[in-house]
Amino acid sequence: MAIIERPAETTDARPAGTAPAPTAATNYGYLRRPVETTGWRSWAFTVDHKKIGIMYGAVAMFFFIIGGLEAGLIRLQLAGPDGTILSADKYNQMFTMHATTMVFLFVMPMAAAFANYFIPLQIGARDVAFPRLNALSLWVFVFGGVFLNTSWFLGGGADGGWFMYAPNSSVPFSPTNGVDFWALGLQITGIASLVGAINLIVTVLNMRAPGMSMMKMPIFTWMAFVVQMLLLFAIPVITVALFLLMFQRSYGATFFSVEAGADPLLWQHLFWIFGHPEVYILVLPSFGIISEVLPVFSKKPLFGYPFVVFSGAAIGFVGWGVWAHHMFASGLGPVSVAVFSVATMAIAVPTGVKIINWTLTMWGGKLKFTTAMLFAVGLIVQFTIGGLSGVTHAVAPSDTQQTDTYYIVAHFHYVIFGGAVLGLFSGFYYWWPKIFGKLLSEGWGKWNFWLMIAGMNLTFGPMHIIGLQGQPRRMYVWTEFRAGEGFFNLAFWNLVATIGTFILAVGVLLFLVNIWITHRPGSKTPPAPADPWDARSLEWVTSSPPKEYNFARTPEVSELDEFFHRKYEDVGEGESHEYVQRMTGEEVIQHEEDNADPNIHLPAPSYWPMVLAFSLPIMAYGVIYNTLLIVAGGAIAVMAMFGWALEPADAEQSDYDPTDDGGETSKELANV
Amino acid sequence: MSDSVITEPAPDVVDEHPAQHAGDDHGHDDHAHGGHHSSLGLSNNKLAMWLFLGSECLLFGGLISTYMLYRNRHSAELGPDQLWDIPFTSASSFVLLTSSLTMVLAVSAANRKDLRNTKIFLGVTALLGGLFVAGQIYEFTTFYREGLGFTTSLFSSSFFTLTGFHGVHVSIGIIMLVATIGMIQKEKISGDKAEAVEMVGLYWHFVDIVWIIIFTLVYLIPA
Amino acid sequence: MTDTLETTTAHDDKHDNHHGPTDKQFIAIFFFLAAITAVEVLVSYVDIGPAFLPVLLGLMIVKFFTVVWYFMHIKFDHQLFGRLFYIGLGLAVAVYVAMLSTFQFFAG
Repeated sequence: MAIIERPAETTDARPAGTAPAPTAATNYGYLRRPVETTGWRSWAFTVDHKKIGIMYGAVAMFFFIIGGLEAGLIRLQLAGPDGTILSADKYNQMFTMHATTMVFLFVMPMAAAFANYFIPLQIGARDVAFPRLNALSLWVFVFGGVFLNTSWFLGGGADGGWFMYAPNSSVPFSPTNGVDFWALGLQITGIASLVGAINLIVTVLNMRAPGMSMMKMPIFTWMAFVVQMLLLFAIPVITVALFLLMFQRSYGATFFSVEAGADPLLWQHLFWIFGHPEVYILVLPSFGIISEVLPVFSKKPLFGYPFVVFSGAAIGFVGWGVWAHHMFASGLGPVSVAVFSVATMAIAVPTGVKIINWTLTMWGGKLKFTTAMLFAVGLIVQFTIGGLSGVTHAVAPSDTQQTDTYYIVAHFHYVIFGGAVLGLFSGFYYWWPKIFGKLLSEGWGKWNFWLMIAGMNLTFGPMHIIGLQGQPRRMYVWTEFRAGEGFFNLAFWNLVATIGTFILAVGVLLFLVNIWITHRPGSKTPPAPADPWDARSLEWVTSSPPKEYNFARTPEVSELDEFFHRKYEDVGEGESHEYVQRMTGEEVIQHEEDNADPNIHLPAPSYWPMVLAFSLPIMAYGVIYNTLLIVAGGAIAVMAMFGWALEPADAEQSDYDPTDDGGETSKELANV
Repeated sequence: MSDSVITEPAPDVVDEHPAQHAGDDHGHDDHAHGGHHSSLGLSNNKLAMWLFLGSECLLFGGLISTYMLYRNRHSAELGPDQLWDIPFTSASSFVLLTSSLTMVLAVSAANRKDLRNTKIFLGVTALLGGLFVAGQIYEFTTFYREGLGFTTSLFSSSFFTLTGFHGVHVSIGIIMLVATIGMIQKEKISGDKAEAVEMVGLYWHFVDIVWIIIFTLVYLIPA
Repeated sequence: MTDTLETTTAHDDKHDNHHGPTDKQFIAIFFFLAAITAVEVLVSYVDIGPAFLPVLLGLMIVKFFTVVWYFMHIKFDHQLFGRLFYIGLGLAVAVYVAMLSTFQFFAG
């Protein structure tokens, strides 16, 4: 553990004149712990959940751009009839990688960024339960994502769709290594998610501040917790599917070969048993984010907190029972179809409960339409539209018409972009000052928001029309002959969708511009206050950005919205509530700092998570190219695990630079 | 071995769940980490292991289901009824079962702080596990010689995948057992030794209960 | 080793409900499991008609939960551990039985 504040007396316990005690360096040279607190090494080897969260977010944002470029190419190809920008083969790669990138390398890690950064802060902890495992998850994700994308340079990207249906995914139909990169890359990122899930579940269950019962937890933490439970049980299912696919493609097994007597539907079941909980994994974090944002900018508590909690858990639970609604047209038979159809209708109920609670939160509130609030309201509207088309899919007979058309594409982009992504953007604007110490520009933010809204509706709205007109998914061209005439013709609406894509891209670009304007050298944006929004939850009881140790002392919690209740006292009588401000946010924080803990121990950084993470793509390349690499990677992995288990708990005192003030309580070891 | 975060507990720590401390006989050893406050009074490591085992149910469930779906898809000469050697596999099962007993005795010894017997029982468990894996390898090579390869049929692919995954899990368990013995020997376990042994034990027993299912569904149920 | 067992029995009996079975009880449970295994193997050789599958599966389940409750200590530990595991177990059984059903696996 890196010691942040040392007591006044010297820590050197050895009597003068004796030889220095053997350090870890003299016993096992490779087992030292890193000590740097600045520079790239303080990021590469950190176990601090905040730095890890920022890195998750930065890498996820990078992949968002990549996925967006892939989408742009798709839309350019479909802007007119008989497009020539992408060949059929390249088009298949493009829509496969677009979806894979957006789902696995953008939305999931971005949600992980928020969860990593804010769960410990929201529950009053100093870090997560297993800090080195946290770093492992990050680096495994980064290396896995990079590995997956090297396919572009090594024969082509995966081309079987992000759902990778068998037997199309097998070697005769997908002869390049693209699908292998896809399967192995997702195995690697799956490890990151599974390890992260275990970490955050233990953190939430076991590291809450004194007095914070589960039903006094901030709602974002609750939703993120449900997501981790979903990941915990869903990832192993796709793991099985991916192993079967890998054995088929790389080792000659026939799990999905019809001529060998296999059932290709086995893949579909395994994939969608994972895949349906996956879509709730994508959207629930954003539901949690806006459940934080809406109350703050309505100056009202979240309406029906217990209902929001339980509906989140219900969505997570019922979500396991609906997967075959992705398979209505696959020949399951009427009984299966009927069962899954009814279950799918049922799951609209808890989602509807949330929409009602959010709306009632705003009702009668003192609304302030900051950019964060705009995105939150945007989610409610756009996700509802997506939900309505979803209800039409639940009705199996109508789904039989809709399936494999652009109508489905419309649905899931409204719920994923309009739901998950808008929620993430709400989180960016809401929490940016806390993470980075500066408020993003509201002016640029409004432009960012409205262009994204205009862009997304122009892009995905028309897809309802062209889908019902019969334009199939996953088809690299549409033709004049099939375009039709009149209001619903394909030509006009495809063009609109493509134009919408570019408006959307500009909107997203403005977000990056906003970041640049705010943080560039010479920026006039002042440092943000600790509590710029007059917020309600514990993560705001810290400086902006928080100190490395988060809280001066572990807070004691007595109610939901603890921070709010420290600032405001309820002087209403009986049922009526009237809140009078007794303290400002800064005063609450100052009070905590005045009673700071004298000794704060933080977990020490480590090399091993990155080394272990690095071994995984090596093994993966080995599966594709040369078995020796599997052995080499495996050896690195085993060595890293032993190094991990055997490294000392802290760096040697002698490894640290001497302090300037000679042993007084020193904070210069802590960066940030 | 663990790097859980240490904080000084806030004053007047209110134990909201006093009843839940009863029965967690290892909870009191939390403080080996130095006053670690935990909301439920439970060990982080133990929680993590149980969560992991819960997720493994989904993994093995998928592999078992794949086998059950494909178990009859083979040629007339190379199916379970022709290949299985039930007496041999029964002996293997018995070996694994015995290793569960020695594992539980190792945990019991560790709780008593009897490190010598802990290491002995861990060692016997590892040996029995090794014997089981050796038996599996013998079985697999026999099947292979009789014509059942990995890619021979859907039945063979599913069988080798399921039992292969199980065998790898056992092998990793053996490595963990041996590593634990070594770390106890060299005093490299900074936290609660009994907890470390218990965690290895939980993993080991899980591997055993997966085999209980495999033995019944794969070997004892005829085509 | 017998000496150690004698002392542990005396010590552990006091905390039976907290700390779970004694070493001697573990050995007894082991013999119980071994016996069940023997019955399972026997049943696979002897023809007991349609009772075969229910009996075999029943024995399997008994063994499974005996190890989970006693060797893995769920019966004596904080209930959260068991609950988290059972969620995984329950989900796995439900989801995979449903999947196999769609393949008409249980249809005769």
